[in-house]
Amino acid sequence: MGIMFYLIAVITLAGALAAMTLKHLVHAALAVTVAFGGLALFFLNLDAQFAGFAQILVYIGAVAILVVFAILLTRGSELPKDGVFSRTWFVGLPIAAGIFAVLGWALIASSKALPSEMATPAVTVHDIGVALVGRYVLPLEIVALLLTAATIGAVIVALHEKARAR
Amino acid sequence: MCSPLTGYLIVAALLFSIGLAGALVRRNAIMVLIGIELMLNAANLNFIAFWRYSPHPEALTGMMFAIFSIAVAAAEAAVGLGLVIAIYRHTQTTDLDKMNRMKG
Amino acid sequence: MVEKADQVFVLLQHWLISFLPVLLQPAAAVLLGVIAIVCVFPGLFALTTIFERKGLGRIQNRIGPNRVGPLGLFQPVADGIKSLTKEDIIPLSADGVLHFLAPVILVVAVFMGFAVLPMGRNMVLVDMDAGLIFFFAMSASTELSVFMAGWSSRNKYSLLGAMRAIAQMISYEIILLLSSVAVVMTAGSLSLVKIVDAQNHSTGVLPNWYIFTPWGLAAFVMYAIAATAETNRSPFDLPEGESELVAGYHTEYSGFKFALFFLGEYLAMFSISGLGTTLFLGGWSAPFSFLTWIPSWIWFFGKVMISIFVFIWMRGTLPRLRQDQLMNFAWKFALPFTLLDLLVTALWRFMGEGWLRWVVSTVILAGAYVLMGRVGMYRGHFAPRKYRYAE
Repeated sequence: MGIMFYLIAVITLAGALAAMTLKHLVHAALAVTVAFGGLALFFLNLDAQFAGFAQILVYIGAVAILVVFAILLTRGSELPKDGVFSRTWFVGLPIAAGIFAVLGWALIASSKALPSEMATPAVTVHDIGVALVGRYVLPLEIVALLLTAATIGAVIVALHEKARAR
Repeated sequence: MCSPLTGYLIVAALLFSIGLAGALVRRNAIMVLIGIELMLNAANLNFIAFWRYSPHPEALTGMMFAIFSIAVAAAEAAVGLGLVIAIYRHTQTTDLDKMNRMKG
Repeated sequence: MVEKADQVFVLLQHWLISFLPVLLQPAAAVLLGVIAIVCVFPGLFALTTIFERKGLGRIQNRIGPNRVGPLGLFQPVADGIKSLTKEDIIPLSADGVLHFLAPVILVVAVFMGFAVLPMGRNMVLVDMDAGLIFFFAMSASTELSVFMAGWSSRNKYSLLGAMRAIAQMISYEIILLLSSVAVVMTAGSLSLVKIVDAQNHSTGVLPNWYIFTPWGLAAFVMYAIAATAETNRSPFDLPEGESELVAGYHTEYSGFKFALFFLGEYLAMFSISGLGTTLFLGGWSAPFSFLTWIPSWIWFFGKVMISIFVFIWMRGTLPRLRQDQLMNFAWKFALPFTLLDLLVTALWRFMGEGWLRWVVSTVILAGAYVLMGRVGMYRGHFAPRKYRYAE
């Protein structure tokens, strides 16, 4: 495993940990943006250029900004009085740790069955386009429908009450 | 670790657990949504890692799944955050510990 | 001879790296390209600041700066010395780390965009297969730095300016992307080098550039409007309007950090104009075959400078748009029009050569433009403001 892998892994995991433990919401949102960037670098390291750039465009360019806007619209920039961790944290944390333990054990136990070095796949954006309208045209249309429904739904859910109760 | 794939899968598992821990432990509704996004990202990393080291990468299955997952996750984040904003308007709080009744 | 003038920078690069061992040569080639970009574009930035101030001055019936050097041409040097020696004031309650990182991230993201622009024949830094998406990904990263700047200043006006700027940028980014998709559909590739190659052969009267087709002209106009809004230039500069919000999201910055924001804004203008020339104006290709003796990089930079001149012209001529007018325009006119343009591009592609496709495309686009404009005026979206008085 090259030095790049370890570097990107450190950036991503540090960002994710910071996002989940920081008290200040805006700092947490920016830390998760660093984690998204680290994941995009992972995708680029795995020769998936389209997925990597799409990750930056969608997650850092849209989802992170959405989260930041939501934090500002719900007065999240003031620190809460009761602390940031819920009263029942002693249930959630062991569950997450247990899940990681199971996943890690399964991975280490099966690591002999996993393939070692493979040649770089020669996949171009042209192939992705052909696949999208060829083999995967049904998922494409369904995702289009889903995105339209999500857009309309988000607008209606967040619409001002006064405008509807007229 | 005798396979490069194991490294990626362990990082993805760790990201998933961190996201899950955050979603279960944080009080603010928006932080829960951020945890969910981290979990989705971890799954994406898994897909792309398996695609890269698969015997037939020209079938593009893993890449396609990851791309669709990115699109769906963005839509879900939008709707979820719209819901959080609507709830905030109604109850003036985003604290999940206080939202423990069905009656509004 | 013409060949050598055209490829002079490529030949210079090959000569310079021939002094190094073979192992280091690819890295050194890329490094030389990076140094060239980092030197040329800020130099163009300095030239553009004086160009803009003199140009705006002339449009507003006054002379611009004329003290420093002949005709005021050394004004950028004076500006540079001023911004480097001014005191760096950070507000006491500002968020130190974010306040420092915001201009840095802005400038880094904007510089990355230059890596995929083909500035001449064989003169692109990295020929990426998904080059266009890389460019837009870098442009999307600048929005976050705008938010960081506005929020970390702990200033109501900065935050308002940052919110307005981000809302404007994400709205117009969709239009930017969709109008580029029309070009990608026709050229058949996301790689900017291939898009320029598809426009390179001139046949007949007009050059083969995409701007000389009906859908290309509509897409170019939408792209130009979206580019002006993306870089927060007049008439879309409410987020940084001097008379509205002090200076918007860069109110609390002084000295070198403000100069970095300024640099970032102008470099964003250059890179978006560069992308516009690559997509619509044929990149580095000459319009007519008898003009190919002029080197390709002169064509590219000439077209970019003409675009910058049009930006400056618009700034001096048009009044500023209000925030709600701006957003109304983006979502209610520009987005439907751009989607219709995609449809017309597809029609164009599948209709086959001839006069029929010209007529059909022009009729659909002109009809939609007039219709949407009429409906907008009737419903009051784009109409002059009606004043309501307290009764």
